Amino acid sequence: MSLSSRFWREKAHRNAYGLLVLGALVALLPVFLRTPYALSTMVLIGIDTLITVGLCLLMGYAGQISLGQAAFFGLGAYGSAILTTRFGWSPWPALIGAAAITAGVAYFIGIPVFRLSGHYLAMGTLAFGSIVHIALTEWKAYTGGPTGLPGIPRLHIAGVPLKSDLAYYYLVWAFALGGILIALNLVDSRFGRALRAIRDSQVAAESVGVDAGRYKLQALVISALYASVAGSLYAHYLIFVNPQISSLDASIRVLLMAAVGGLASIWGAPLGATVVTLLTLALREVVPLISGYGSGEHQIIAYGILLIVIMIFMPQGVTVAAARAWNRFGGWPALRGRLWRWRGGR
Amino acid sequence: MPSFQLQDYVQLFVSGLSTGAIYVLIALGLITIYNVTGVINLAQGEFVMLGAMLAVALIRLHLPLALSALGAILAVALFGGLVHRLTILPARQAPDVALIIITIGTAIAIRGAALFIWGTMPRGLPEFSPGAPIAIGGAVLSRQRLWIMGTAAGVLLLLYLFFEHTLLGKAVRACSINRQAAELIGVDAHTMGTLAYVLGAALSAIGGIVIAPLTLVSYDMGLMLGLKGFVVAIMGSLTRAPAAVVGGLLLGVLEAFVSGLWASGFKDGIAFLVLFALLLVRTVPWQDLWRRPV
Repeated sequence: MSLSSRFWREKAHRNAYGLLVLGALVALLPVFLRTPYALSTMVLIGIDTLITVGLCLLMGYAGQISLGQAAFFGLGAYGSAILTTRFGWSPWPALIGAAAITAGVAYFIGIPVFRLSGHYLAMGTLAFGSIVHIALTEWKAYTGGPTGLPGIPRLHIAGVPLKSDLAYYYLVWAFALGGILIALNLVDSRFGRALRAIRDSQVAAESVGVDAGRYKLQALVISALYASVAGSLYAHYLIFVNPQISSLDASIRVLLMAAVGGLASIWGAPLGATVVTLLTLALREVVPLISGYGSGEHQIIAYGILLIVIMIFMPQGVTVAAARAWNRFGGWPALRGRLWRWRGGR
Repeated sequence: MPSFQLQDYVQLFVSGLSTGAIYVLIALGLITIYNVTGVINLAQGEFVMLGAMLAVALIRLHLPLALSALGAILAVALFGGLVHRLTILPARQAPDVALIIITIGTAIAIRGAALFIWGTMPRGLPEFSPGAPIAIGGAVLSRQRLWIMGTAAGVLLLLYLFFEHTLLGKAVRACSINRQAAELIGVDAHTMGTLAYVLGAALSAIGGIVIAPLTLVSYDMGLMLGLKGFVVAIMGSLTRAPAAVVGGLLLGVLEAFVSGLWASGFKDGIAFLVLFALLLVRTVPWQDLWRRPV
């Protein structure tokens, strides 16, 4: 027991174990869920995980709220789409090119925003998101306008295009797990410690020589990179993009996923992405039964109420709240005791 | 390009002013709420939509227009107070990020509820005084635009009187200047926060009702109007009401000219470009430029 508790006290051990468990889960899930619908849902959850990890880095560690993650996602998706269909690039260079463009854009937004104290990033990214959405809708020559841009090629590995959903599933989750690994290392690096110091007190951090503006800018660029790669993966998966992916509602959805998982929890990202996606699917089934309108837009009521409730009652996310409740209950021994008594034992 | 004459410019200018007046009303609501409670209320636009929607709903019950408008304003004001009590007060210890997320949640919940209740079909509100447009200096102006400007001016005057010449208004201002000091002399900051929300919601509702006859009323009208009001509030650094008044009118005029002379598709983007420009300008250390090098 003492050995194992010492083992668990090491954060690196916990993270390595977590990655192993998640990796095994990801590898095994398609064995049980083999319908095309389930598989494509899991691909989308992987993409959502990637973008949410980026937002968690920015919000949970830099303490900055972004309402433009969907815009970065849209830039990545449209970057890949336009570079491949209009300029004849092959998909992988297009993914990297789109990510570079998106990172550059994020950098230039961050420069003015982070020189100001307060929550100007929320407003700056809100404005930026709206501009991107309008530009993607109106700039018809390149983006295809509101109807979208079809005919995006599939990604390929060693010359073999990834045609099957199963292959794409493993690719997306390789990216997602890689993204989690990188984020975990970032959080435990000098960079991550600086970010947490800034989040807790910018004045204190700056007085010991942390350049707050620079670190926050880097966090923004990294989160934009995550979103952009997620967007590219999305574009090459659906082989079609439309401006709706960059709307404010899409950004709020990312925010919700991060909030459910816990803002300052990288591990919360896959959980948040899964919960929100399953919730969306469930609402799509249930809501038409209650209301007369067929459109699935009513689910945003649930999103809104969920956001409010989580932020009031469990601002650290569902994972932390659940862990606390579990500890208050007494953990495993308590559960064992309860079960024992319930079965009539002594 | 069609040939533009002086009266066309006057026309664009005046209609821009009236749109800007709406932005001013929304922005003043935001500023009031921010200064008293410290919350950046991203649900402000939804109060606009609720005001217009409720007015339409009351008119459909065959109530007279004035009564419908008044009832809608009161209902939205009460609702604003409720939003403060139910969503902001329970989370007052939470970090700023959480508070902003809460207001976003409130906004989309209200928008969703409106969609649920009223559906996607846009509705119309009759003009306050129907009749032929009025010609002023060669420009032809619909009567409703005069109503908008008159209402905005009246509301501004009332706000001024309230904040400067009533005890309650002074208490609200005291809270926004120094919350702890205000509490020391017996001002209940929570009540003032609720009052700020009531005021902010009422201001937005008024804006929504007066503009409703010109634009149709739909469940998602609040999003864009709220964002514009937000940009205008930032023009006043979220604290200075007079700057917001000037900024709002300017933004309205700018939008009118761009959509009138160029393309209306980009109209909604202007506010955000302005916001970016503002953020850029604000990073320049102006005071240092005046100072002599030491």
